Amino acid sequence: MADVILKPIGNFDLTVEAEDITPDNFAGKSADEIRKILIWQAPAQFPISDFFTVEGNGGSSAEDTTIIVDGNVPRVKRIGEKMTAGKIVIKGSAGMHVGSAMTGGEIIVEGDAESWAGMEMKGGSIHIKGNAKDHIGCAYRGSWKGMSGGRITIEGNAVNQIGGGLIGGEIIINGNVENFCGIRISGGLIVVKGNAFRTVGAEMTGGTIVVGGCIERFNPGFEMTAIESDLKFNDIECPGEYKKFAGDYAIPQKGKGILYVSCDNNECL
Amino acid sequence: MAGTIAIKNGYVYDPLNEINGEIMDIFIKDGKVVTELSGADMKDVKEIDAKGKTVMPGGVDSHSHVAGAKVNVGRMMRPEDHYKFYQKRTPLTHSGCGYSVPSVYLGGYEYSKMGYTTVFEAAVPPMEARHTHEEMRSTPMLDMGGYLVLGNNWFLMRYLKEGDVDKAAAYISWMMKTHKTYGIKCVNPGGVENWGWGENVSALDQANIHFEVTPEEMIKSLAELNEKLGIPMPVHLHANNLGHPGCWEITRDSLKIPKNVKTKPNTDVEWAETKRNAKRHESVYLTHCQFNAFGGTSWRDFESGVKGITDYVNSNDHVVMDSGCVPFGDATVMTGDGPAIHDLYVLTGHKWSNTDVECECGSGVLPFEYLKSNPVHSSQWAMGLEVLLYVTDAWKSIMTTDSPNGGPFIKYPQVIAWLMSNKARQDTFAECHKWAQDRTGLGGETREMTLNEIAILTRANPARTIGMSYRKGTLGIGADGDVAIYNIDPKKLEVNDYESIIRGFENAAYTIKAGEVVSQMGEIVAIPEKNTFYTDIATDADDEKRMLEDVKKWFKYYTLGFNNYPTPEKYLANPTPIQVNAEK
Repeated sequence: MADVILKPIGNFDLTVEAEDITPDNFAGKSADEIRKILIWQAPAQFPISDFFTVEGNGGSSAEDTTIIVDGNVPRVKRIGEKMTAGKIVIKGSAGMHVGSAMTGGEIIVEGDAESWAGMEMKGGSIHIKGNAKDHIGCAYRGSWKGMSGGRITIEGNAVNQIGGGLIGGEIIINGNVENFCGIRISGGLIVVKGNAFRTVGAEMTGGTIVVGGCIERFNPGFEMTAIESDLKFNDIECPGEYKKFAGDYAIPQKGKGILYVSCDNNECL
Repeated sequence: MAGTIAIKNGYVYDPLNEINGEIMDIFIKDGKVVTELSGADMKDVKEIDAKGKTVMPGGVDSHSHVAGAKVNVGRMMRPEDHYKFYQKRTPLTHSGCGYSVPSVYLGGYEYSKMGYTTVFEAAVPPMEARHTHEEMRSTPMLDMGGYLVLGNNWFLMRYLKEGDVDKAAAYISWMMKTHKTYGIKCVNPGGVENWGWGENVSALDQANIHFEVTPEEMIKSLAELNEKLGIPMPVHLHANNLGHPGCWEITRDSLKIPKNVKTKPNTDVEWAETKRNAKRHESVYLTHCQFNAFGGTSWRDFESGVKGITDYVNSNDHVVMDSGCVPFGDATVMTGDGPAIHDLYVLTGHKWSNTDVECECGSGVLPFEYLKSNPVHSSQWAMGLEVLLYVTDAWKSIMTTDSPNGGPFIKYPQVIAWLMSNKARQDTFAECHKWAQDRTGLGGETREMTLNEIAILTRANPARTIGMSYRKGTLGIGADGDVAIYNIDPKKLEVNDYESIIRGFENAAYTIKAGEVVSQMGEIVAIPEKNTFYTDIATDADDEKRMLEDVKKWFKYYTLGFNNYPTPEKYLANPTPIQVNAEK
């Protein structure tokens, strides 16, 4: 396993679009070649070495390549976009679109992640140890086909539109979410261990959402069908009692979505 | 020398001149096809060696949604259509994006790469004419024009109710000039108007709510008015009940209505030399037949109703139609038929948009994806091809995808491959839902079209149908020097290798517009001048005056002032009026 260490040195006054920072792209390249890879900043392209110091060579293949971003890069977007294998560790906070459309491999963000992490990802895993913002695992604007495979784990909180348009894969959030979690999903699984504010599962036509905390404003288009306890989805366990709802009946495609809500934290439902 | 070129030794297909793959030279001087070039001209002329290549007139699309308000709504509501399909700018070309609804620049370039030089916008709502012209003006590479949507127009319905044909005729000719449009489009007559009350029409004899005019009367009157005015193209009909199982019957019955209307296209133009009669003799041009040919009674017993229509077309000579093929994949459904879009929304639950164009018409837009795994979509794929393959005389049909309704126009090469190669069709059958095989007759159809027939379907007949063959769709002497040269050697063509057909038509070896090479193997090499066609119909001054009094009086209900209603010529790139002589 070869490690390439990128240490940010600044020049991020305009955000940088770094879709070329992937194990696929670094594999088979020496540190010197990696330094010369061009990335976009606004309308112009600059070598990676303008923004990072680079140490270590890429591995022989994407699987053999680990990229370690040693610092905070909240203004560097698209790290790991479309990666197929290998590993990226961001030792601080990540910018927007980290791991979007990735199909394999692993990304670990030790700090926070900006919006759009794992947008339309198809496989692999993203582990965010801090908080995340909006549109995690979501569909691109206008599209209703979001993440279709793989897993995103968020240790902290996330904000709006988490898993929008999800068609497959899993999103696990240990903290809270706010609005429109799981809007328009047609497949996959979203587990929110904390609370949600409102519009959970709005217009969902399939898939499963579990909320372990309280939904402050519950969506009107759902119908309770049963009470189940100690849910288990492969290796994901959700202990406790849950009210099981079907929906969303507010749209013409009478929903086949399933929404589990903790009994203890939602007594009023 | 600009606009002068010699194309040597190609296999030429010019169906209007009954030239079917003969090895010939084509000469163009100052943008027009000529018999030969003088020695002086030949000395420094650009010469293209088309040996082993297919030479056809530039492609003509007589029905495509490429400009205007609803097209732009399609762009605005579909950011997801853009981000994976884009093109960077070059020193010559603009950047652009959009797969099913490309930006104007990209749309022009993509058409040109396929060898197309002329495209007509399928539906121009009168109040949106200015917007449509702004977009057409900005669409490079193509000569253009648009059809005015009149099938649910309040003035026309009122005049028809009152039986005042003269005023109705004056209104149409005034509207064509005012909005710089080319022909009459009739969308779901009566139904779109009823949609204002949340209703539709389901039968040809069902009177509409306020004006009490039936679809049958609208179709008949518009066809008669069309001929009375001498408009170059037939009435362009989008039949009632579109997109509903069982709609093929109402479509066939609609086609019967103008059977006895005598055609009298009457334009003051100079005609290019053609062996065949280049004038149309049809009184109705049905559009996107596939969407109008649904059989069965519900989505459960849905089946193809194409044969019912093509049988009628085969035994009658007053109908020409385009196909509305479905090449699978992403599409954006956009039409003046507002209620049809609502029905699709109820069916799919997808995002949608609907507009009521005050006093005039309506429209709707909805993103759509045709899936090979879906039984109905698979049947629609087969039906679009049935439409073209079942019509024995290619001069009665035109190949379209009703772009972007059935699929984007960039899929035309794929459609051509299915028409030319039974193997291509069989291979697709193997990939798609069995309904395509079970609910349509395409599986038993072994016809494989020739390059000559493809030339009819994609240039000669669209041009002839809309009355543009005086200069388009042919390489006769005097025609526009618009030529497409494809890397297809007819002598070596092996239709089982249909990928080579797709490759050949995808990127023309050369697209020549008015004698200038404008694109070459998928690369735009020049941005030519473009023309915008519209009909200038002579009318009786008295009738026009009486009619205008009505219009002005009613205009207080419009949201724009009467003086702002017309589209001035400055909105058109090289405005090219076509003088039309109405019957006195």
